[in-house]
Amino acid sequence: MKIHEYQAKEILKENGVPVPKGGVAFSPEEARAIAKELGSTVVVKAQIHAGGRGKGGGVKLAKNDEEAYELAKKIFGMMLVTHQTGPEGKEVKRLLVEQGMNIKKELYLGIVIDRANGCPVIMASEAGGMEIEEVAAKTPEKILKAFIDPAVGLAAFQAMQLALGLKQDKEVTRKIADFITKLYNVFIKYDCSLAEINPLLITGDGEVLALDAKINFDDNALFRHKPLMELRDYDEEEQLEIEASKHDLNYIKLDGTIGCMVNGAGLAMATMDIIKLAGGEPANFLDVGGGASEERVAAAFEILMADKNVKAVLINIFGGIVRCDRVARGIISALEKVKVAIPVVVRLAGTNAGEAGALLENSGMNFVVAESLKDAAEKVVKQISNR
Amino acid sequence: MQGITGKEGSFHAEQCLEYGTNIVAGVTPFKGGQKFMERVPIFDTVKEAVEATGADCSLIFVPPAFAADSVMEAADAGVKLIVCISEGIPTLDMIKAKLYIDKRNVRMIGPNCPGVISPGKAKVGIMPGFIHKEGKVGVVSRSGTLTYEAVAQLTDRGLGQSTCVGIGGDPIIGTNFIDVLKIFRDDPQTEAVVMIGEIGGTAEETAAAYVKDSKYPKPVVSFIAGRTAPPGRRMGHAGAIIAGGKGTAAEKMVALREAGITVVESPAEIGETVKNILG
Repeated sequence: MKIHEYQAKEILKENGVPVPKGGVAFSPEEARAIAKELGSTVVVKAQIHAGGRGKGGGVKLAKNDEEAYELAKKIFGMMLVTHQTGPEGKEVKRLLVEQGMNIKKELYLGIVIDRANGCPVIMASEAGGMEIEEVAAKTPEKILKAFIDPAVGLAAFQAMQLALGLKQDKEVTRKIADFITKLYNVFIKYDCSLAEINPLLITGDGEVLALDAKINFDDNALFRHKPLMELRDYDEEEQLEIEASKHDLNYIKLDGTIGCMVNGAGLAMATMDIIKLAGGEPANFLDVGGGASEERVAAAFEILMADKNVKAVLINIFGGIVRCDRVARGIISALEKVKVAIPVVVRLAGTNAGEAGALLENSGMNFVVAESLKDAAEKVVKQISNR
Repeated sequence: MQGITGKEGSFHAEQCLEYGTNIVAGVTPFKGGQKFMERVPIFDTVKEAVEATGADCSLIFVPPAFAADSVMEAADAGVKLIVCISEGIPTLDMIKAKLYIDKRNVRMIGPNCPGVISPGKAKVGIMPGFIHKEGKVGVVSRSGTLTYEAVAQLTDRGLGQSTCVGIGGDPIIGTNFIDVLKIFRDDPQTEAVVMIGEIGGTAEETAAAYVKDSKYPKPVVSFIAGRTAPPGRRMGHAGAIIAGGKGTAAEKMVALREAGITVVESPAEIGETVKNILG
């Protein structure tokens, strides 16, 4: 789960990690009030779940509260376009108003899970403010890494080694080591999958602060962090994906025209791939789960039909433990409930696949029954080009 | 089998027994002394189960919040192989459990996987047994139903399988591609390997480097799922995500091809390609 910068900073602050003074505003008036209270130059930052907000015009400097108010009026409601939002952009509904900082040096600090080594890894770099992927690609030697033994946790020497590697003066180095330790504690405490401070700011007065903050949580661990669930911002998510998650369906919307309904994540991806190979464009990823029960199939149809780009549907179910004839009956009764006016190509493989095909063909409904994966992809693409 | 009395657990225990797997004990706390299907004794702890029956492998169907603990319990009790089916285990829990079992010289398959089957011998997992056929192709995969698809293509062409291992779709797993490739290399029954990968992480690239550097002696056919997956989105499996531009299918396919592995473009060509190679 992703959260906003201001939410991440609130968590950091609660846990003793230094962040600039500031607050979240939901209106230009609130932005003005916060700026007035700060009583200094302020930065107004658009809060959306995407990087590159500064370049897109979502981060502005204001000399006083009136200027903050005027800027906030412009930023609220704007469709902010960054390299991560797509061309349509993302509407700004929340602003972070923060004290302006005196920037001496910008560093990078990030914690993620290293999959190959099976442990958290802390990355630090002098090249702050840039995308770390870019630094990794161009100058990998500029990224310092510390792999954390999960049984021991972050050792003091590791934090100090990273801090020393950033080549600041003695006082600042101590503060950085302390910052790293506290950030690591946050990472573990909240089951994060990412905690990134970019840039980590060194001020002219030698203070060390999180100028930006990005925290992602491990979805699998949210059950033990109930208060964090309230930080979820539904405005940042695709409506259909929220709807799908209510039915325990794993759905991701894409831009194509062929709706897919598949059991299993790997097969669902492979089905999207083969549609593309056959010359079509998948409209979504959708895993209905191993069982592919009637209720789930019906819910899945409703979601596929709600996407106006969908011109044909491909159902690909590998019936292993679940029998295909049962899946076929589920599909037929789901279609009696949900109105589907576009072609539906069905490929059922596995237990009782033959019987299932006969059920579909004799249902009086307009199914196109496919034999194999390849056949299914070709048939569904043909359905679209025929129309 | 841990979690034998749960809904999933009891269903699949029955399926495994039907296939011929020798399930000697079940474990569910506070149900010790009962029997599953009037034949498999149930114990409160894995330790008791192992002491009483000498079980050397544990199949885990425990809810995700407790599954990592069950993995450690099995390792502590002295089993040699753990197959963890449970999906949705917190990453930090699995990191600790992996550390725990690594110190005890235990192999874990999964989590979030379909398990292992050696057709005609035993099935320790949730895969449909009947699509398999005993033979000479080893299959290793991060996926579930996509593996069944590949297996069915092989069986349809008369190609049986030596062993099929689902290594799991999570970011932290007990057994990786290389571990299984090594076992297939040393297994006289295995003559060719099908390796099914997907987006996310660098396990396929590491496996490709191993195949190249070790001059792997058996042909490997590979498919990578997720060429059309958008970056930054988790495609069902917790580990299937293109993060920071890394972990794309295209990168993986290049690495595999450079290692001399036959990479198929379409998931429909897996069986036919293996058939052509084995002649």
